[in-house]
Amino acid sequence: MTVRIQLLTEPFDAADTLRTFTDALPEAGGVVSFLGQVRAGGGPGGDVEALELRHYEPLTLPAMQALGERVMGRWTLDGLVIVHRSGTMLPGEPIVLVAAAARHRRDAFAAADFTMDHLKSESWFWKREKAAGAWRWIEPREQDIEDLARWL
Amino acid sequence: MALQLVFLGRLEDLAGSGSREVAFAPSLSAVIAALEPQLAEAVSAPRIRYAVNGALLPGQGHFEADLRDGDELAFLPPVSGG
Repeated sequence: MTVRIQLLTEPFDAADTLRTFTDALPEAGGVVSFLGQVRAGGGPGGDVEALELRHYEPLTLPAMQALGERVMGRWTLDGLVIVHRSGTMLPGEPIVLVAAAARHRRDAFAAADFTMDHLKSESWFWKREKAAGAWRWIEPREQDIEDLARWL
Repeated sequence: MALQLVFLGRLEDLAGSGSREVAFAPSLSAVIAALEPQLAEAVSAPRIRYAVNGALLPGQGHFEADLRDGDELAFLPPVSGG
């Protein structure tokens, strides 16, 4: 059993994190991972030059850990990784890595999907984008909130 | 006697900084009443959540929550992570 839940303020190597995770879990038959990265190109205010995520220290990591416990309790997993960046990121840089390892693939797919839906809409992060030299806060998307209903 | 206020997300822009110290007030509603009108309105909006010393107040609109000297009160707009 490997559970790794991290809030990072510096860039991370998602491939390296994943390799370390899978190396430690030879018994897992399936590993499903999701990598979210800063999108290059057009946002509402023009090409995105940078993205910043802010967090609130007393809430953000404890809530990520609580989410991890929920996921581990809901599916039969051999391991779970949740790594989330905070701070300023450039296009192409990783924002979030989720990986779920299970004996069989179905649990791993569902756990990774559930984790991402809840990170997007329930985790304590606030996002702003810089385009044409100006920062602009990103409001939550209705779709992100609706996605949660899939798990009720 | 003082309180520390923390403004997250777009509330930080409205407040002019991410945090500020204010004179002690005994409840969330009294703290909000002492803010600039535009900021007071923004932090009272329906989807704003509150945390006292890192503990989330249950649900929304707990304006009568009791405060103590030295408390940190965070104003949390809807999140947009991932």
